[in-house]
Amino acid sequence: MTNIKVYGSGCASCKRLHERAVLAAKTLGIEGEVEYVTDIQRLIDLGVMQSPVMTINDEPAIVGYVPNEEEIVKVIKETIGT
Amino acid sequence: MSLFAPIQWFADWLTYGVFHITEKTLLADAVDFFIFDTIKIFLLLSVIIFIVSYLRTYLPPEKVRLFLAGKNSYLASLLAAIFGIATPFCTCSAIPLFLGFVEAGVPLGATFSFLVSSPMVNEVALVLLFGLFGWKIALLYAFSGIVIATLAGIAIGKMNIEHLLEDFVLKNRTKNNIVIQKMTMRARYERAIEYTLDILKKVWPYIVVGVGVGAWIHGYVPTDFLASYAGADRWYAVPFATLLGIPLYSNAAGVIPLVKVLTEKGVAIGTTLAFMMAVTGLSLPEFMILKKVMKPKLILIFASVVGAGIIFTGYLFNAVLG
Repeated sequence: MTNIKVYGSGCASCKRLHERAVLAAKTLGIEGEVEYVTDIQRLIDLGVMQSPVMTINDEPAIVGYVPNEEEIVKVIKETIGT
Repeated sequence: MSLFAPIQWFADWLTYGVFHITEKTLLADAVDFFIFDTIKIFLLLSVIIFIVSYLRTYLPPEKVRLFLAGKNSYLASLLAAIFGIATPFCTCSAIPLFLGFVEAGVPLGATFSFLVSSPMVNEVALVLLFGLFGWKIALLYAFSGIVIATLAGIAIGKMNIEHLLEDFVLKNRTKNNIVIQKMTMRARYERAIEYTLDILKKVWPYIVVGVGVGAWIHGYVPTDFLASYAGADRWYAVPFATLLGIPLYSNAAGVIPLVKVLTEKGVAIGTTLAFMMAVTGLSLPEFMILKKVMKPKLILIFASVVGAGIIFTGYLFNAVLG
């Protein structure tokens, strides 16, 4: 099962990434919720220094920028290899 | 500036040829100015942000901190201030950046230098300054931004402020897991395009409004109107401009076209630079976010040191150039 999370501090671009990730997950028929993590400590534990971050199966896939929905779909597909 | 001659030609053509505004009137002047400045700024922004954001994909903060970690604290502050120009900064990244730097063992002072210079000396501000004031002022701004950031970092580093950080910050020091994303050329190019569009989308209304109000002032407010209130000989102008800049962060893109015309109307250049540095470098939203990692007293120290640096720079340039 593919698990997608978005990490952010609650700023505008973080929220935007979360919204788009939710749509992308829906497009790909990925089950389960796209969790939105605002705990900064967990972001730091990932080893990144920019927000927002999207992880796929707990590996950072998008760091520090907000791509459009198509791009997010592409990133997810490439990572899970379907 | 011959590079922009075609834009001037186009602005003239629109103003007089298409809109049929009578030449040499105040309205014609304002409209012409508005069209010319808006196009020029957007062209400059698109090209330069693209180049900068492409290049900066090679220098993510994760790499910068590896480079800064373990360096002598003076050198680290200077380098952090310089790196601050090249690395992307969004207020929402302030916390992870801060924690990431501390975690990697970057001297605290250098971390503050980075926090000051990264938003203050950014490419949007520099492009606008270059386009509206010329390269000398843009360079002056960049140079003084780096000096303020370096010295502020060194000063804060000397203050023994560790107890003013929130407790969990220093716990991170033991960890050292670093992820640096690998990117293809194509990914860098796409990232740069996306970033450029994102910035343009974010700043265009401010620029249009800023240039619009600026054009109106340019056309209708008499030259030197403000000199008696904010000329170089008015001692209170610099601190007042600095305070005024603090709540204006999100409007940095609109503020610069505006201050351009304010200098035309007699505001001293040092006062103008101080105002812009306060707009970009002292940001209320950033302070709110920083509260998660530092106690209010430290934020106050941070803001005061940077504010003092900005005010000093303002006076200096008023004295030298005013």
